[in-house]
Amino acid sequence: MKTTYRSAVHDAIADAMRADDRVLLLGEDVGRYGGTYAASKGLLEEFGPQRILDTPLSELGFVGIGIGAALNGLRPIVEVMTVNFSLLALDQIVNTAAALRHMSGGQFSVPLVVRMATGAGRQLAAQHSHSLENWYAHIPGITVLAPATVADAYGMLRTALTSPDPVIVFEHVGLYNTAADLDSLIPTEIGRAALRRNGSDATIITYGGCLPKAMDAAERLAQDGIDCDVIDLRVLRPLDDATIMESVRKTHRVVVVDETWHTGSLAGEISARIVEQAFYELDAPIGRVCTVEVPIPYAKHLEEAALPQPEKIVSAVRALFGDTGRAGAGDG
Amino acid sequence: MTDPALARALLTDMIRVRRMEEKCAEMYSAGKIRGFLHLYVGEEAVAAGSLRVLGPEDAVVATYREHAHALLRGLPMTAIMAEMFGKQEGCSGGRGGSMHLFDAGRRFYGGNAIVAAGLPMATGLAFADKQLGRNRVSACYFGEGAIAEGAFHESMNMAELWQLPVLFCCENNRYAMGTAIDRELSQLDLTAKAGSYRVPALSADGMDVTACHDAMGEAVEHIRTRGGPFFLEFRTYRFRPHSMFDPELYRDKDEVAKWREHDPIVTFTERCLAEGLLGPQDVEAIEQAAAAEVAEAVDYAEAGTLESVDTLTRDVMTPAS
Repeated sequence: MKTTYRSAVHDAIADAMRADDRVLLLGEDVGRYGGTYAASKGLLEEFGPQRILDTPLSELGFVGIGIGAALNGLRPIVEVMTVNFSLLALDQIVNTAAALRHMSGGQFSVPLVVRMATGAGRQLAAQHSHSLENWYAHIPGITVLAPATVADAYGMLRTALTSPDPVIVFEHVGLYNTAADLDSLIPTEIGRAALRRNGSDATIITYGGCLPKAMDAAERLAQDGIDCDVIDLRVLRPLDDATIMESVRKTHRVVVVDETWHTGSLAGEISARIVEQAFYELDAPIGRVCTVEVPIPYAKHLEEAALPQPEKIVSAVRALFGDTGRAGAGDG
Repeated sequence: MTDPALARALLTDMIRVRRMEEKCAEMYSAGKIRGFLHLYVGEEAVAAGSLRVLGPEDAVVATYREHAHALLRGLPMTAIMAEMFGKQEGCSGGRGGSMHLFDAGRRFYGGNAIVAAGLPMATGLAFADKQLGRNRVSACYFGEGAIAEGAFHESMNMAELWQLPVLFCCENNRYAMGTAIDRELSQLDLTAKAGSYRVPALSADGMDVTACHDAMGEAVEHIRTRGGPFFLEFRTYRFRPHSMFDPELYRDKDEVAKWREHDPIVTFTERCLAEGLLGPQDVEAIEQAAAAEVAEAVDYAEAGTLESVDTLTRDVMTPAS
């Protein structure tokens, strides 16, 4: 059965709502409009306006309402249109949702799921295209997810709705139209990274919208005899160090690919962890492919130039092998 | 007012709060309490008059100036004082301090130190009650400074739009830290702001405990019978600085002195005595009981223990069951 990422998100919400009366969806244009990215199309008809709520343009307010509702017996899913808009709600997420359990001495947990689109690639320019997952991954008290596959788009959202604490789910805009042949959609765990490609020469670590680009790069590299592990982080907080280090110990060469800007990026955090935990396993400096330090431009060629691309990933992996450029079996 | 039992209860509540906070200031000077400490002295009539109107099924959300609300919601003074001392016997395990008092069992949702951040939470609590068919009130206390925040307007709008049973209790003490109300708000009639969202509103004399009690009764009754939100303004005044770090450069001593003439405890005591609702011996008994309660709270806090740093990262996430 061919399923898109978009319909997987839709089905996850619908199945969760069928399974649990406490689950509801609120956000801007999730109802009559069907969701900005059409992920909630048809849900209003099935579940009605009591459970599919179109909100005013009040990100701070309706995320806060989600928090209060979560504290008082419901399991809200709050959709914030994009990560750029989530900055209007950052106070509620960081200062209340993430901190409440701790500052109350463990008395109040906030079982809230906040979904938002992230990332560039659709010529939406500098106020609709940013990747700020690293901001959220910085914050203790929340779990941060970045499903990159159709199976995870369904499975991670279902599992997020069983978490007793706040979960932020990032859906990359470039993924909604991706599709996969799947027999069934099932809940998937939200604690571990996944090895999406098994190689022996180098490790490419990435997540979300960059996963297809990393897989593309890995195929190109394989044709030249460089066989890569591709790790899909899946969970950006807490990071799955074990899966990362296991691969580093196998390949000894690493490139981290991340659509956030270099400065303060998750790629920087991951690089630091590898240096701390597996420095002597490395045969080359860690490479990073991140977004160029510029607000995302509108013009297509400029936007493409700003973002991680398969060619850049290929070059970064090649650079791990120095000027001789090639790695064969046993060369690692 | 003709009910001696109510008069005694209101006066008792105000005096317990006042004596507790005077002790807090003393303990702050002694270095036992640190961080920010925001005292409610002068505003006691608001919490004392209003909180007793709520039932145990209702919810309370408060600000960083919430010692009174915590105490009058029923938290033991011992647990409040221990929290301020940073002891693990405190009502938030020593993780919150003065600004973050919590009690899940009493539906006291804290001590929120981001101005206006409690309003969306209270609106969400009310949202869940409406969704689940419970007839409960979520009362949210905040200062007039919060009215300049977007969270106020977003919450008022959605509360009315969706007819949520939330009671917005604005404690208008005329200063947002050091900024006087007429220097921060273009519209000084706060009930007009509520009216612009079609939220029913009342304004009460926040220095008069019975006026606060009556207004709260009317507001709660409205919500319970008609549903939908309500906005209450309590016009009050803070006698002491904003926090222990405030040199009070922004207001005249004469102004403070003038408001002190309306001290809610002094005026209500005089009224009770004049009307024969209470005798001098009653007032003395209330004072003695409060002094004993405060002394017990300090002893409890002093005897409290410090959490081991081995459990530093506890209570960040819910442990896997």
